[in-house]
Amino acid sequence: MTEFSSDRLLTEVPRRNRKARIRPLGMIFVPLAAILFQVYVPRFFQYLGYLELPLLVTVYYALMRRQPIPGLLFGALVGLGQDSLSRDPVGMFGIVKTLVGYFAASVSMRFDVDNPLIQFLLGLFFFFFHQFFYWVLSRALLGQLSDFNPQQTFLFGLLNAAVALPLFMLLDRMKE
Amino acid sequence: MEFLLNRFRNLTVLLIVVLAQLLLLAYQVKSSQDIRLIRVWAVTAVTPIAKVLELVRRNTIGVVEDYFVLINVREQNRRLSDELGKMKMENHFLKSELQTAERAQALSAFQARTPSRTVPARIIGTGTGANSRVVYVDRGAGDGIMRGMAVVTPEGIVGKVLDSFPTASQVLLITDQSFAAGVVSQKNRVHGTIRGQGQSKCIVDYVQNEEKVEVGEMFYTSGDDRIFPKGMPVGRATVVRSGKNFKEIYVVPGGFQNGVEEVLIVVQGEHQAIPQMSETASSSDVYLMDRPKATGATPAVPNVLVTDADRMRERYKQVGDAQGHEFGEGAPGSKPPNFNLRVEAPKPSQPAVSQNNQTNPTPSGASPAPGSPAQIPAVPKPRPPVVLGADGQPIISQPKPTATPAQVTPSQALPGQATSAATGASQTTAPPKPRPPAVGPDGQPVATQPKPTTPAGQSASGVAPTTAPPKPRAVVIGPDGQPLAVQPKMTTTVSGQPSAGAGVGQTIPAAKPRPPVVGPDGQPVATQPKPTQPKSAGPTEGNTTAGTPAATPAKPKPNPADNTSGTSRSRVTSNDTTNNVVTPNPPRTAAPKPPAAKPKPESSEAPPNP
Repeated sequence: MTEFSSDRLLTEVPRRNRKARIRPLGMIFVPLAAILFQVYVPRFFQYLGYLELPLLVTVYYALMRRQPIPGLLFGALVGLGQDSLSRDPVGMFGIVKTLVGYFAASVSMRFDVDNPLIQFLLGLFFFFFHQFFYWVLSRALLGQLSDFNPQQTFLFGLLNAAVALPLFMLLDRMKE
Repeated sequence: MEFLLNRFRNLTVLLIVVLAQLLLLAYQVKSSQDIRLIRVWAVTAVTPIAKVLELVRRNTIGVVEDYFVLINVREQNRRLSDELGKMKMENHFLKSELQTAERAQALSAFQARTPSRTVPARIIGTGTGANSRVVYVDRGAGDGIMRGMAVVTPEGIVGKVLDSFPTASQVLLITDQSFAAGVVSQKNRVHGTIRGQGQSKCIVDYVQNEEKVEVGEMFYTSGDDRIFPKGMPVGRATVVRSGKNFKEIYVVPGGFQNGVEEVLIVVQGEHQAIPQMSETASSSDVYLMDRPKATGATPAVPNVLVTDADRMRERYKQVGDAQGHEFGEGAPGSKPPNFNLRVEAPKPSQPAVSQNNQTNPTPSGASPAPGSPAQIPAVPKPRPPVVLGADGQPIISQPKPTATPAQVTPSQALPGQATSAATGASQTTAPPKPRPPAVGPDGQPVATQPKPTTPAGQSASGVAPTTAPPKPRAVVIGPDGQPLAVQPKMTTTVSGQPSAGAGVGQTIPAAKPRPPVVGPDGQPVATQPKPTQPKSAGPTEGNTTAGTPAATPAKPKPNPADNTSGTSRSRVTSNDTTNNVVTPNPPRTAAPKPPAAKPKPESSEAPPNP
């Protein structure tokens, strides 16, 4: 048992070294497609407005890269792109997704993010974190007095986490 | 640094990226006051640091700077203290000067108000004795100060002159024990004698206990002591109580209230009334104008119509009077008076003067032709004779007291006219004011120049003048009653002799003096009265003296009342006019200049020309 365990530990590759290589085109068009989906699809399918595909893409790439800096930069770019198409000042989504990318990359170095359950939980957590931190920023910087509904956020988080599983599987196919 | 970057590289990059986006956000977002957040953050981030830096600098460098700055503070403080002392001294001096000026002003006002004649003086010294209550003033016998004169201030009496020296005087104050003066209380008029006590208060003695004197009552001098005129304030009673034989009344002298520096010495005292209580109670004096004097021409009580009904009634009355209509007398159906008739309102201010005074001849030299209509209303203006008295001073004919100055115009004082007896007394409208007549050598009263009121060829004696030229002309009447010549304008030759004007070309023998009017002393006196009216002077002087015509003063303006002075005082010394006849040339009727020759009335009673 001990040998087996030790052998397994010795033979097992550390998670930080198990970073995936993602095609550059995928890193460009996938976030762009997620942003466009976020912008146009809710206009035709309003019930899909709860989906936060840029967030899920950011989480996926941060988890797969397992490096905080690329993860936060990727999150920042996705967030700024999303801000550029929103009515809020540029930087709101950028800051939030920067933090999401950073923390997701940091988490990926300690957990087995390939596990679907972990992915589901991370998806739920980061959605909640994303919404909550965005509400804090909008309240602190913009002075917007919008309410934060944790239950609804949690529910939407479940839905996004549920969507994240097939999305992550789809994106795994784009890895080199 | 490199270690930190390597050690916390991820966190550093995260902070940088987040900070960059925050800056981006801050650049876009504006605060509620329309200020970008990046500026708010910058100021908020910088100002605490600036505060801290300033606090540090003030507590470190500032202390050092203050130390170096305070090095010269002691010297500056000493210099400022000196300046402050000088300014205080100067301020004190100026205040003192101001108080002196105010006292002098009050003194001057009091001096002008009091009927007594006073001399201001300044106290220059005090007596040497400890109990002496004497002072020295800078006015002495050289200024007319004599022993016993009262010394007062506007607030009250001060004392009396004890001795008078050539340049100073010694004044005994009322607080001296040997001082006494008669006083009277203001309210109850209680008489007493104020005596000094050697203290600040004086006592009013010899007031019966039955007399009523109140505390606070003012005492004034009664004038009984023959030193202080009556009515000078003395002081106010502070203690009034009954004594053994007389009341004990203590008075605080008013003259010592503000210190005595300037005083007034009464050199000629006149009593004045003691003011009533109400007058002294009032804080300010009330000056009333004198009641206007009612003249004879102006009614004392003007007929003032108060209401419109009164005015309408007066107007109807005037209309009715003008048309001879008697209201209420007309029969029914009779013609009513014309109410639209314009009736001029009577001039209430017009005095009742004779027609002579109403006529104001024109001053132009154009003489109207005799008998012309323009001459009819021109009534000759009588010229009052100028008679010099025995002292050589002209006896000016006094105008009628009721005549207003407007009635006597310069144009009325026509040269060459005189209120002669020859003009007759028919113009008399008011009794003449008595005046000393000029008496000639023969003891007969003489008068000055007769008035040539009658035209040539008309007798001037006893005929009331009906016509007169607006400007008198010197018409020389010959023995036949015809005008001989018109005296041209006199000019002075180089030799000082007056000569005839242009057209004559002959030197007037003006060296022959005009026979003067002789005064009571038998000395000839000039007939030049008032030199203050040179314009009205004129023609008569050219032939009276050998001097220049400019040296002839004007004669006083005539008064209608003076016309009636009659024959007693308005004798005409016209016999000298014959001496003024320059040339036997025919009369020049077109001579516009004022005549220099005097007419010669035939009825002249003046003594012959010496």
